[in-house]
Amino acid sequence: MSIIQLTPLDIGLAALLVFLLALLSWHWQLGVGKSLLIAAVRTVVQLSLIGMVLKTLFDQTALLWVAVMASVMWLVAGREVIARQKRRFAGPWSYGIGASAMFLSSFVITLFSLLVVISPDPWFTPQYAIPLLGMMLGNTLNSIALSLDRFTHEIWRERSVVEGRLLMGMTWKKAVRPYQKQALRSGMIPTINAMAAAGLVSLPGMMTGQILGGNPPVVAVMYQIMIMFMIASGAGFGAMLAIWLSGKRLSDHRQRLRLDRLT
Amino acid sequence: MTIRFEASLRHLCMNSCQKGMALTVLRVESLTTTLGQAVSLALASGEILGIRGASGCGKSLLLRALVDLDLNTGEVWLDNRARSTIPAHQWRRQVGLLPAESHWWSDRVGDHFPKLLWPDEWLSQLGLNQEALSWSVNRLSSGERQRLALLRLLASRPNVLLLDEPTANLDGETTLNVEKILLDLRQDQQIPMIWVSHDPNQLARVADRVLVMEAGGFIS
Repeated sequence: MSIIQLTPLDIGLAALLVFLLALLSWHWQLGVGKSLLIAAVRTVVQLSLIGMVLKTLFDQTALLWVAVMASVMWLVAGREVIARQKRRFAGPWSYGIGASAMFLSSFVITLFSLLVVISPDPWFTPQYAIPLLGMMLGNTLNSIALSLDRFTHEIWRERSVVEGRLLMGMTWKKAVRPYQKQALRSGMIPTINAMAAAGLVSLPGMMTGQILGGNPPVVAVMYQIMIMFMIASGAGFGAMLAIWLSGKRLSDHRQRLRLDRLT
Repeated sequence: MTIRFEASLRHLCMNSCQKGMALTVLRVESLTTTLGQAVSLALASGEILGIRGASGCGKSLLLRALVDLDLNTGEVWLDNRARSTIPAHQWRRQVGLLPAESHWWSDRVGDHFPKLLWPDEWLSQLGLNQEALSWSVNRLSSGERQRLALLRLLASRPNVLLLDEPTANLDGETTLNVEKILLDLRQDQQIPMIWVSHDPNQLARVADRVLVMEAGGFIS
């Protein structure tokens, strides 16, 4: 099956729907028309730019450029984790926790899938490396941000209880364990739900994309299963690291609760 | 359940030593809390030190600093062992703080007790019974919370007691019962205590000496 190329006219027809929605929003004064149009313009500009970047990158197959691109994506994702936190850590810890969790969740897992699982030649083939990393970053970011936010929020809210537990002679580790468990759970649930619903409720985006791109469904399904396993483990490991680091940072050598380290 | 606390070797020794000179159990040197005034004091075996002062003068902060719950400077010794050489959680087991407001994390009262060992008469003296342990935490009144928190602390058998308004939510009779339990404990086991109270009459009843606090430090 050959791929049907989309023309600017096709895009325009889709844009017409967005315009219609914006018009309705104005008519009924829903207040989302402006942000909808801005977001639509951003989509066009950002994706066109990334399309050009990817085209150049794919033409070159140079490790250096793949590494630069990957690093930029990783650093932006680290910032995004922190942007979603209600209570952030003061100083460089804030960014450090987000970035290191994203590194483990996405960088390490993508490297593993490139070197061990898929093994393209060369291993950093941008057609594989960049979309894989992008998918890992995009999907694990949510879990990590959720877990971290839940953990700091719970500790802040339950600070007297945490101190009550410390007063009963519990170690810091034991005193905060219930909150770490809760945080990890709330971060992992979206990923677990996505795995459980895959194929029944929704056709995952990557699989749909591959099928539209002309690949046989069996190949698409195999890739999707691999990706979902990678995302689940990346999200889990990343959230664990983020929660562990935050737990360390929220206490000190005398096992005190150090909320002063949150802003 | 009849379980009597047995005096440890340390307490036996102290009882005999006390004839001559009271042994210092807790020694505090230049302890500075977040309020900024350095506090030094010594607590002898079996001594009850009363502390009073206006609200916000730093009584609770001093107790929190003693158990290393807030940032502080200075040093504290328990039986000549420096606090800094003892892991914080072990320190808090030995120097037990009863905060003015108690905190609970499980649904059932009994789940908060690391050990269920105490003399029979304590429950009845506190106006409680064995059933209290199966109660839901949500149904506790403030007075019940306070009595159960005291029981929880005593059950973990600390060597020093820091009591922050231990009878603030209790009626007259229960207050006297709590005082009796604590005074008996001091009598039998020579456990020293720091007792913070707003009530000068209570401190006159229980304390060997009373210090008055103002803005983080002692004035008398």
